[in-house]
Amino acid sequence: MSHDSKSPAHAHPTGATYLKVAVILTIITIVEVWAYYIPALVASPLFNPSLILMSAAKFAIVVLFYMHLKYDHKLFKALFTGPLIIAGATILALLFLFAKISL
Amino acid sequence: MASHAIAGHDDGHAHTHHTTTGLDNRKIAIWAFIGSECMLFASLISTYLIYKGKSLVGPYPHTEYTDASGKVFPAILDIPVTSASTFVLLMSSLAMVLALQAVQLKGTPLPANAGWWTRAQRSSQLWLGMTALLGASFLGFQAYEFTAFVREGLTIKTNLFGSTFFTLTGFHGAHVTVGVLWLMSLLWIDRTRGLGPQDELVVDIAALYWHFVDVVWIVIFTLIYLIQ
Repeated sequence: MSHDSKSPAHAHPTGATYLKVAVILTIITIVEVWAYYIPALVASPLFNPSLILMSAAKFAIVVLFYMHLKYDHKLFKALFTGPLIIAGATILALLFLFAKISL
Repeated sequence: MASHAIAGHDDGHAHTHHTTTGLDNRKIAIWAFIGSECMLFASLISTYLIYKGKSLVGPYPHTEYTDASGKVFPAILDIPVTSASTFVLLMSSLAMVLALQAVQLKGTPLPANAGWWTRAQRSSQLWLGMTALLGASFLGFQAYEFTAFVREGLTIKTNLFGSTFFTLTGFHGAHVTVGVLWLMSLLWIDRTRGLGPQDELVVDIAALYWHFVDVVWIVIFTLIYLIQ
């Protein structure tokens, strides 16, 4: 099997990139916690979706840059994203089933 | 050598023994394991979310509770402390990725005018030790939180919140504990015989596990602590 012929030509983040990623993760976390202490924001219907979006962004950044999935072989991507999609779908299905969320 | 090792990291076969996929089986195994761990934590998170708000007695996570005797239990989650522990775990991921980079860079010549940061980036012992220390600090935060909760009247059998909360965060804490032990064993190997580019995959596998523990906490922090 010809490996990796389609992946970026050995692209790899530098130490500076890792530091920038850490700064971005810290900023997102600060925004999340700041929002928690603003009653008007907490009362907003957009509060929970915004937190979930920010959390998903942090999740994706760590997986793509620190776990190098952005640069790695597609089999590794499949081994992670496949179960992740099933896990997410399971959570959603159970929440629907137990009427915690509805359409 | 280092460029080969770094390139090897990209396709997962820094140590080239023949496999049918052309990829190192150990790296395939850790990704498959991480995939299965996604399922485990999904089940624990689902359970927490399904039982959220169903506790008949307090203490509650985000709201005050007064029992029949008039005793008042304040909202039990301590967001400032948990925010600090979240920051600590995020920084441990940075230290871990720098540890992997340091192992990859071992043996490459250091520029004559190298500053402290360039030199620090070559020290795998520094970054492995830092990661283990930050991981242990996170566990310290968790131990503090758990004991504070028990003191305030919340145990694993108090109510549905206690049962699901301690199970979920306890499982995560157990994973962090395994990660810290793993990192300490790598640090010990590094101190005794030294880790080099030939050990890149071994460190990479530990790093993948550690980052996964971090991303699970990213989800837990939002779903349990911040969403009310």
